[in-house]
Amino acid sequence: MAEKIEVKDLYKIFGNSPEKALSMAKEGVSKGDILKQTGNTLGVDSASFSIQEGEVFVVMGLSGSGKSTLVRLFNRLIEPTSGQVSIDGRDIVQMTQKELIKLRRNDVGMVFQSFALMPHLSVLDNAAFGLSISGYETAKAREMAMAALEKVGLDDYARSRPNELSGGMQQRVGLARALAHDPSVLLMDEAFSALDPLIRTDMQNELLRLQQQEARTIVFISHDLDEAMRIGDRVAIMQDGEIVQIGTPDEIVRNPANDYVQAFFRGVDVSQVFSAGDIASRGAMTIVARGDNLVDSALSRLEKNESDYAYVHDRDRRYRGVISLDSIKSVRDRGSGSLAEAFLDDVSPITADTPLSELLGPVAEARCPLPVVDAEGRYSGVISKGGLLRVMDRAS
Amino acid sequence: MDFTIPLGDWVALIVDWLQSNAAAIFDGIAAGIDWLVSGLESILIGIPTIAFALLIVIVCLWQLGWRFALFAVVSLLLLIGMDLWRETMQSLALITAATIVSLAMGLPLGIWASRSDRVQAVLRPILDLMQTLPPFVYLIPAAMFFGIGKVPGAIATIIFSMPPAVRLTNLGIRQVPKEIVEAGLAFGCTRRQLLYRVQIPNALPTIMAGVNQTIMLALSMVVIASMIGAGGLGNTVLTGIQRLDVGLGFEGGIGVVILAIILDRLTQGFGQPPEKKRGLSPRLLLRWVRSPGRGKEDAAGNVARAR
Repeated sequence: MAEKIEVKDLYKIFGNSPEKALSMAKEGVSKGDILKQTGNTLGVDSASFSIQEGEVFVVMGLSGSGKSTLVRLFNRLIEPTSGQVSIDGRDIVQMTQKELIKLRRNDVGMVFQSFALMPHLSVLDNAAFGLSISGYETAKAREMAMAALEKVGLDDYARSRPNELSGGMQQRVGLARALAHDPSVLLMDEAFSALDPLIRTDMQNELLRLQQQEARTIVFISHDLDEAMRIGDRVAIMQDGEIVQIGTPDEIVRNPANDYVQAFFRGVDVSQVFSAGDIASRGAMTIVARGDNLVDSALSRLEKNESDYAYVHDRDRRYRGVISLDSIKSVRDRGSGSLAEAFLDDVSPITADTPLSELLGPVAEARCPLPVVDAEGRYSGVISKGGLLRVMDRAS
Repeated sequence: MDFTIPLGDWVALIVDWLQSNAAAIFDGIAAGIDWLVSGLESILIGIPTIAFALLIVIVCLWQLGWRFALFAVVSLLLLIGMDLWRETMQSLALITAATIVSLAMGLPLGIWASRSDRVQAVLRPILDLMQTLPPFVYLIPAAMFFGIGKVPGAIATIIFSMPPAVRLTNLGIRQVPKEIVEAGLAFGCTRRQLLYRVQIPNALPTIMAGVNQTIMLALSMVVIASMIGAGGLGNTVLTGIQRLDVGLGFEGGIGVVILAIILDRLTQGFGQPPEKKRGLSPRLLLRWVRSPGRGKEDAAGNVARAR
């Protein structure tokens, strides 16, 4: 994947004397101190990162953390104070007004929290707005807008006025307007935050579906962790204008950079965020099955480790079964037989992509920690009752 | 110690100086306004009374529905019956001319003010002055510059009625939601496109309220303007006052009220978005004519909703 957007040393300072505040920010003075001493507000503080082509990049933070400012620096609705923003290798900060307008007309679409539709235009003409501004003939613009409305399932409402539609439908129009000129970059500023939860999930699915059809580079601003986890390929977390952590949702949840990041997870439903593979522990005792003559050595290892159970896989890590101290003893007492005869038949492995919410029952009922296997059937760890409870606890 | 500021003397000096040195400019302005007012007046008086009254009723029916059209029929018959039609047309010509000039200057000023805080700051006290200075104060210099007649009346009316057009245009554009303006910019509007495709359409209801206010204020100057010979309905009222003729004064007054109500409602009607209109649209009437069965239902439904 190629780098689509690259941000380097980006600063935005609101106020009358940005030069002084900028040099203070570069020395690492905090947002609060800069405000106290210069009266200027540090909007974005030294942002540097890159966004891959086709990636859904979520920027998350509390209100006032600078996330809405950051997204507006990507199409220069807000002028950066210092730094670089490159889209396809071209620095938009250096662009002339003319080049900038061309970029906005061709390459970048934007969706707004309040929908920002034109109340005096029909749904169709709203969707065609960007095209008609760009100088397309009305007929052609409407044809392309109609195609965009079809993509979001609103072609039947083309002649309605925006105020006749529900919030979710209005935002679909906003999405169609942003998609009509087929931009490679889509900026979405809290696009679903004004919608109620059911509709919001609906719209997220819609976005993921559209993203499957034609992968665009999406910069998605959100204050909702569930949303970020659902749709984000990577998530950046902002605090006081500074990006404090960037990573995949899993990385961030497992390894929050500071208390601020941690605070986001309070009240988050981890059972939806995590799957079995994320929390499987590698600590359990394993036995690599080679020949037949393993019964004695398995027994002695179990006794030595004071373990009750051991998990058997072959040299390719392919999962074979679980043995317990009792089952291996009875096989040995019979004097013959292979390790396979000692496998417990009431324990079946769970797949790594099973969400935690579906794990509670099986883990609670099983007599031993449950083995987890990946899509190829390879052993990737176990989930014990205690381990599962610890994960659930950390989130609340 | 005797402390005096001879502000009055200074103003008088300035007025004197302007009168003797800038006469050509004032003559030009006077000629332009006279041309506009007299032209409109002869057109309005030239149209046969019945034809124009009928036109007004039809426009009322189209924009505001049958109830107001009925009111228009009754009130216009009253005007004709009181033999005030000619005076009404004179006043209408003066108001229309003053409104045209007010809007031609006020709307661009309002747009300019909306784009610059400095312009707004300079304009605000001037607009305050124009609205609060008693009209009699500038009627005198207006009469000195432009003589007696329609022209000073029109100019006094313009001064008094322009502020709402400026103020509400400025306000309307400034009140367009920030995200809508951002949406315009984000999809590649130039400054001009932003103004004509985003800001003005979104500010239109407020701008139209300003236009409506301008017309109403112009109407309120009818009587005062007649004091320097502007004629029209105001003159009827003035004559009634001078002769202590209560009946005549009342007739003139009622004429002004009728004109005010019709103009007010009509300008409001045009300012409303189409879906809020109560009138019978031409499309609906056309359908009614073409297929009476179905069209009637629609027309009836429309009227029912209007209630």
